[in-house]
Amino acid sequence: MATDITDTGVQSPIGEINKYDFRTTSKGVFKAKKGLNPEIVNQISDIKDEPDWMRKFRLDSLEIFNSKPMPKWGGDISLDFQDIYYYLKPTEKQGKTWDDVPAEIKETFEKLGIPEAERQYLAGVKAQFESEVVYGSLQEDLAQKGVIFTDTDTALREHPELLKEYFGTVIPPHDNKFAALNSAVWSGGSFIYVPPGVEIEFPLQTYFRINEESMGQFERTLIIVDEGAKIHYVEGCTAPMYSSESLHSAVVEVICKKGSRCRYSTIQNWANNIYNLVTKRALAYADATMEWVDGNLGSHLTMKYPAVYLMEPGARGEILSIAFAGKHQHQDTGAKLVHCAPNTSGQIISKSISKDGGRGSYRGLVRVEEGAHNTKCSVVCDALILDPESQTDTYPYIEIMEPDVAIGHEASVSRIGEEQLFYLMSRGLTEAEASTMIVNGFIEPLVKELPMEYAVELNRLIELQMEGSVG
Amino acid sequence: MTDVLKIENLHVSVEDKPILNGVNLELKRGETHALMGPNGSGKSTLGFAVMGHPKYEVTEGRILLNDVDVTEMEADERARLGLFMAFQRPIAIPGVRLADFLRHATTNVRNPERKEGEDLIPMREFRKEIKEKMNQLQMDTEFARRYVNDGFSGGEMKRAEILQLAMLQPKFAILDETDSGLDADAVRLASQSIAQIGGEEMGLLIITHHDKLLEHNPPSHAHVMLGGRIVESGGVELAHELHSNGYERIRKAYPEAAAMERAMQDEEQTV
Repeated sequence: MATDITDTGVQSPIGEINKYDFRTTSKGVFKAKKGLNPEIVNQISDIKDEPDWMRKFRLDSLEIFNSKPMPKWGGDISLDFQDIYYYLKPTEKQGKTWDDVPAEIKETFEKLGIPEAERQYLAGVKAQFESEVVYGSLQEDLAQKGVIFTDTDTALREHPELLKEYFGTVIPPHDNKFAALNSAVWSGGSFIYVPPGVEIEFPLQTYFRINEESMGQFERTLIIVDEGAKIHYVEGCTAPMYSSESLHSAVVEVICKKGSRCRYSTIQNWANNIYNLVTKRALAYADATMEWVDGNLGSHLTMKYPAVYLMEPGARGEILSIAFAGKHQHQDTGAKLVHCAPNTSGQIISKSISKDGGRGSYRGLVRVEEGAHNTKCSVVCDALILDPESQTDTYPYIEIMEPDVAIGHEASVSRIGEEQLFYLMSRGLTEAEASTMIVNGFIEPLVKELPMEYAVELNRLIELQMEGSVG
Repeated sequence: MTDVLKIENLHVSVEDKPILNGVNLELKRGETHALMGPNGSGKSTLGFAVMGHPKYEVTEGRILLNDVDVTEMEADERARLGLFMAFQRPIAIPGVRLADFLRHATTNVRNPERKEGEDLIPMREFRKEIKEKMNQLQMDTEFARRYVNDGFSGGEMKRAEILQLAMLQPKFAILDETDSGLDADAVRLASQSIAQIGGEEMGLLIITHHDKLLEHNPPSHAHVMLGGRIVESGGVELAHELHSNGYERIRKAYPEAAAMERAMQDEEQTV
């Protein structure tokens, strides 16, 4: 089902660019003007030929965005919102050449040992035929079980009823300034619907479509796991992402219905000039389990706090978050657990590493609503600081409205131990090898939770970060 | 030529506080030396300084390995030249498996010229070897899958140190109270293992309060340290004497060193 877009010479990787899309772009590559206003929002809606309700949703969201002040907490966001392109056709981006890819990213690909063709594909320069085949067969298998796995734009066209029912219900536009921004200008992202009782054993991943999805600055992901269903979704991949734009602001909504289970894993490595401001939230209903595994490398500033709202008795939320803050980077990350019902439980494990003057902040919220009796929650956050220039801070918020709950909070900060380094070095490891080994050990709890190939790549990425060759 | 480790007039300070005040020692490969002395006399400091711990500053003197001056070298360079120290209190490295760490270490020590990123010893080869060594030391091979010293009992830590000694096969090994915190059976097992591994291949500097460890590793030389200096050296009989009679004779015979010892202890108390 691949569409050969002959006028740009770029082949669609998996056919998300459907005939309609193709028709609208046939006049040439489209790039909206810089800036944010109703005209741009209407233009995006026009190009995508969206239903009226979505157009209205976008325009209302823009008003909400304009009316909301910038957050007063977190990192320092010095962005000129009128100096950003809010919509670029994917075809335009695919039309980039290999020469446009930043040198350090190329070097990373090389060090990761990724073959030439695949490098170009991962960098968004080229669509890769092999991936298309793999993706196609995967789709077929899933489709037979009634699973929907597509990009969100396509989902809006092909499954409007599902979108209308769930879109923006977990994270409404007025939730926060950046959720409003995304709601106004969103494009791309993943849509997944798993029917009741369907268990998908292998992880679903966007790896094969990275040039399409990860290039989106404002992707929107919606996952609905119906009753008793089970899924592991892996977003993006550990290969570095780069962008010429300065703002990435995604929204990810997950709904875990009764007795279902969802794990969402992501490891992101952004270019150093990116503001990465993402809202991720899941609703877990009776006896459902939601797990976030969230790793952040790169970017200038990341503000991201995956959340689980425990809506009904027996729901469980687990968040494992890890951040690596290097030079000129601030990783303001953490997690939120909101207990809205009795007998719910949750766990947050957060780890941050700061190096070369980087700053890692843990910002977390545990909230037990009135009536949420007998809830249990534990928070563990550990920070590892590699040198005296680097910094870490912790902002744990705990709000409890019921007396009979068990909440634990543990925090630890350690400098990379001189004693640990000496111990390893006394056995013949160089200082660099020893530090890398200590850091890899520190993030081992996260690595253990990842599918093999991601774990391996994460380890290699950390090694590159430790070398300081990928800035 | 026999390998020689030579310590010449070594003065060492920790955080500007002098601990060693001119230590001389010569250890040949194949020899076993016992280093004894009361707590706080500077025995462990000597070990750390020889191994190159950055906190232990050499203010005077030098350390030579076969006439190569290693005094300013990093610990890893010394390890690759054939030095080893079994720690009294090994450090835990959570998340790092003993086998992974040892594969790295073994590769570097055997191939000192190895550049970062070059291949490690082939997994199959390494596994076979570590398995053999663990059998020899009567260790469960599952042990190698655990995180380095993380949650290890005292005995397990010491056995892990001995396993590393067996894998790395250094020219010279300093054993810093490898017997402390072990029950009698464990000490016997440890000392037998060291004898088995070390044999006549290594130069051993055994720091110990007791002579259990020395039963299976009879020292050719014994040294007494007091107040940051080696005040007396002798043969195995000196080790036995100190073990039976303690350090009173030594303190009386070397009043200056004993005064230094008291001064250092007083200072410790006021800190």
